[in-house]
Amino acid sequence: MAEAAVLDGTLRVALVGNPNCGKTALFNALTGSRQKVANYPGVTVERKAGTFTTPSGRRVFVLDLPGTYSLRARSPDEAITRDAVFGRLAGEAVPDLILCVADATNLRLMLRLVLELKQVGRPIILALNMFDIARHRGIGIDLERLSRELGMPVVPTIAVRRGGTADLLQLLDRCASGQTAAPGAGTWREPTAEEVRAAHHTVERILKTCVKPPVRPDTWTTRLDRVLLHPVAGLVVLLAVLFLVFQAVFTWATPAMDLIDAGFTNLGAWVTATLPDGVLRSLIADGLIAGVGSVIVFLPQIVILFFFINLLEDFGYMARAAFLMDRIIGVAGLHGRAFIPLLSSFACAIPGIMATRVIDNRRDRLATILVAPLMTCSARIPVYTLIIAAFVPQRTVDGFVDLQGLVMFGLYAAGIVSAFVVAFVLRRILWRGAAEPFLMELPTYKIPSARNILMGVVLRARIFLRRAGTIILAMMILIWFLSSVPGAPAGATDPAIDYSFAGMIGHALQPLLAPIGFNWQIAVALIPGLAAREVAVAALGTVYAISGTGDAAVGTLAGTLADSWSLATALALLAWYVFAPQCASTLAVIRRETNSWRWPVVAFLYMLTLAYGAAFVVFHAASALGG
Amino acid sequence: MSLYKADGAGDQARDRANADVIRLGRAPRGLRGTVVGISVLRGAAASEGEELERRLLEIGFVDGASVEILHEGLIGRDPVAVRLDDMRVALRRREADAVLVRPLAGGDN
Repeated sequence: MAEAAVLDGTLRVALVGNPNCGKTALFNALTGSRQKVANYPGVTVERKAGTFTTPSGRRVFVLDLPGTYSLRARSPDEAITRDAVFGRLAGEAVPDLILCVADATNLRLMLRLVLELKQVGRPIILALNMFDIARHRGIGIDLERLSRELGMPVVPTIAVRRGGTADLLQLLDRCASGQTAAPGAGTWREPTAEEVRAAHHTVERILKTCVKPPVRPDTWTTRLDRVLLHPVAGLVVLLAVLFLVFQAVFTWATPAMDLIDAGFTNLGAWVTATLPDGVLRSLIADGLIAGVGSVIVFLPQIVILFFFINLLEDFGYMARAAFLMDRIIGVAGLHGRAFIPLLSSFACAIPGIMATRVIDNRRDRLATILVAPLMTCSARIPVYTLIIAAFVPQRTVDGFVDLQGLVMFGLYAAGIVSAFVVAFVLRRILWRGAAEPFLMELPTYKIPSARNILMGVVLRARIFLRRAGTIILAMMILIWFLSSVPGAPAGATDPAIDYSFAGMIGHALQPLLAPIGFNWQIAVALIPGLAAREVAVAALGTVYAISGTGDAAVGTLAGTLADSWSLATALALLAWYVFAPQCASTLAVIRRETNSWRWPVVAFLYMLTLAYGAAFVVFHAASALGG
Repeated sequence: MSLYKADGAGDQARDRANADVIRLGRAPRGLRGTVVGISVLRGAAASEGEELERRLLEIGFVDGASVEILHEGLIGRDPVAVRLDDMRVALRRREADAVLVRPLAGGDN
């Protein structure tokens, strides 16, 4: 990587620790906003790196590595950690120093890993993070003795407090001037079970001599778990939390989304009014601004969703949610850890698919990736809303249930049920075999740190925006090209899209779509809808030559559709949208996350088959019933 | 050294021979005891058994560690949340079956 060249004289540090040890908090405290997130070449693991300067002015480059209990890597994440400490990663130099981060209140497993890391043959520092909590609980740690026993410098840190890393910075200065030797020779190999046992016994001895057990042990975790892990009350709380998150994602985000939408609409209108008519204006206004705007409008939802995910993660609840859901989603053969990715997919499948990285087993992870797009993402809402408004009468059933709301609920339920069925088929029929062990630490509850949550949310927002600016932008340009080239001939009366490649494809596809009740207008609208599902609404507006913008257009369009489609066609289109692989960005992200074209193709084909089948059944059933 | 090897053979005979040792996966909520070893049940491939043994060890199911079953899931009382020395771990009963525990005398809560 280009960085390596400019980093002469820079101390290269690799951060290693167990999950939940506050490693990311320490990384944030050290580097502040000087962070860069990218992907390691060829794999799907995020590379988080940052720089800072020590008091003496030395530049330090830090690599934040995925949490692990062992150098014996099982998941792609852990393989990165192992390869990084050995300097085996392409483009990554061998670290000058391994900075081990341990939760000072929970040292045991980290000390075992530290003993393993000594065999890597690099200098090591052990940072005892959350030292304030350890002191508060009255845990007595003899730092000097621990340092002697381990053969490496040991330093207390409090990542979440200003100045809590001062001792560490000083120590780094001393290490940089070459005063720290490697505590062991480079003789690491995978430890056998016996060696792991032996290391544990060594740790036990070290703990006995260096650490006094807490005087005031944490009782909050025990008390909270009595409710939060209760088989019934725990699930009730989990459902309430989910309900709150959904409310927030869908209602709190609306004002901000309207604002962004209006902003892009105005920008497009301004460009249209300013630039001379022509291809360039069309590209900028209809292709770039409208296209990218249609994706960026989801930013508020993604920010709110990740705010809650980070908050619950920081608090220590996420592992509990996985515990509560493991057997429930396990019915479909999904792993407990698949729960969070699937939850995220209700906002957008892209962050959901990215979040599957926490799943160790490849098949578990692939199954989760393949079903994530079936969760009703928020991009389907505009399409559902339009068709429901046009075809479902606004009346109440049984006196209190709103019929339109009921149909909406049914569409969400259809997505969830089909995701479970597909996962069941994948994991229980096609990819049978031993289930991946569900084995995870339940961290003690901690008061979330506002700074960490904020930095996590900003990170997700940046990644999302960068994607919108690269791959999604490219897709938009392609789809704009198909939808507007060639242009309408002079004196044409039909909308321009009819004459374009998209129009031609739509007309060509129409015979294929006739059995499911779609007319050529729908076929044409499905093509720009590939960019993002909700773009289909705008495209329908275009093919039916509706003028006006925003809600007014939807209102008029709903009326037009109600006149020109049969109810059976409308219901078939809803069924189609539950399954249709109508999102180029999702397919692109599956390609990136699986590092192969095979899985986006599989996802596309299976979803297309389901969409066609469901629309076919719905169309014919509704027609037979007199729709 | 552990008392039990993870070869999976002769599980039942050995379980009978150590009547006071039980499998964590079959224990009720509230059980307290001491880990005495790992013995992966028959049925898993040898490599999977070895893998599970090491993962259980890495997360702290070592001979001598104290355990207590704190919570159970709703369906099939699975998975379980256990206190393991001074930390908490969640695992399925299927995996917990590999952990051999000697219950504390009179320690049934």
